[in-house]
Amino acid sequence: MECVFGLVGDGFAVIVADTSAVHSILVHKSNEDKIMILDSHKLLGVSGEAGDRAQFTEYIQKNVHLYQFRNGIALTTAAAANFTRGELATALRKNPYFVNILLAGYEKDIGPSLYYIDYIATLHKIDKGAFGYGSYFALSLMDRHYHSGMSLAEAIDLVDKCITEIRSRLVVAPPNFLIKIVDKDGAKEFAWRESISQA
Amino acid sequence: MEFPKDKTKISKEDIIASLFDFMEYLFNVVLFLMSKLLASQTVKKIIEINPYMIGTMAGGAADCQFWHRNLGIKCRLHELANKRRISVTGASKLLANILYSYRGMGLSVGTMIAGWDETGPGLYYVDSEGGRLKGKRFSVGSGSPYAYAVLDSGYRFDLSIEEAAELARRAIYHATFRDGASGGVASVYYVGPDGWKKLSGDDVGELHYKYHPVVTSSVEQEMAEAPVA
Repeated sequence: MECVFGLVGDGFAVIVADTSAVHSILVHKSNEDKIMILDSHKLLGVSGEAGDRAQFTEYIQKNVHLYQFRNGIALTTAAAANFTRGELATALRKNPYFVNILLAGYEKDIGPSLYYIDYIATLHKIDKGAFGYGSYFALSLMDRHYHSGMSLAEAIDLVDKCITEIRSRLVVAPPNFLIKIVDKDGAKEFAWRESISQA
Repeated sequence: MEFPKDKTKISKEDIIASLFDFMEYLFNVVLFLMSKLLASQTVKKIIEINPYMIGTMAGGAADCQFWHRNLGIKCRLHELANKRRISVTGASKLLANILYSYRGMGLSVGTMIAGWDETGPGLYYVDSEGGRLKGKRFSVGSGSPYAYAVLDSGYRFDLSIEEAAELARRAIYHATFRDGASGGVASVYYVGPDGWKKLSGDDVGELHYKYHPVVTSSVEQEMAEAPVA
């Protein structure tokens, strides 16, 4: 089942997501990218219903771009998080989107940051967070091993610990994961962790 | 547990893998699905959207038929307005957006859109929950797990068109054999640079005897097998 988690390190933030597209008992795809690159310095890791995920993230992305085109300045990570939460909150009492979001970003003066936004429009600024069944393992592992100012190598090591634990303890564990990071140089794909490949 | 090598470094394997990806793209999308016989009438489960694009039907027959026809209209209008054919990406997104707007209102559609556009072959899975996936092979409908198993076991990057068609046909045959709700005719379509072409349409009952020829046994043998009273 779906797993999304992430953490903030020294000068970067990382988001990890599984890459399975599941419908009831079938895995239709095992290389689905669930981490959208919102703009040059923002990542949006999303879990939730497939249709909502695609529609909502694209909606947010286009609006963040629109803001940039109109004002010639990018939204800060905090502003994008508040905007996203606002849209979820408005939709909540009409036609809710079932999406849980980790938003990571980097600002020159603020540094990296990570925001937790769930489908009922909760917004938290956090250092580490997770969604889905994988969160039961990822959260406690990150509580145990996380410390502020982690280096990239330490963070990736912790991420790999989480992936290994999920793969070995979770009955409905997804096989493949995608890791993306955002730092001063921008948001980018970091690595895939694949235990089966789509031939 | 061992993790694969860091993918940020481009290795020889990566280059070979992307080469295979490219080769796979050169090979064409082959589509297949079964048609069911309903009250002595054959229902076409593959809908021809235009000469370059086809869609498959699973779920509500009326919903699929209606929205594929609707998609065909929208694709033609796009062609008239823009003087070029719509991409498979665009067409599948058009359908997915419509289905998403009716989400939760009871539509039942599970479909694959296959076609050839300026970027080469394209294959998308679209459903009435608003999902839309791009991929290399899909299977949809009640018999889909049976078909997936056969498809996955025989799939390679470098299948020839004939091999791919046979694999597709077998996947459908085995699905119809095990799934009570599937049956009828296994139609195989090929989509290439010059549009789609129907390769075959076999009654799965006849395919059964093709794949499992009847071995005539002698009467003596039959008698020998009979239990002693």
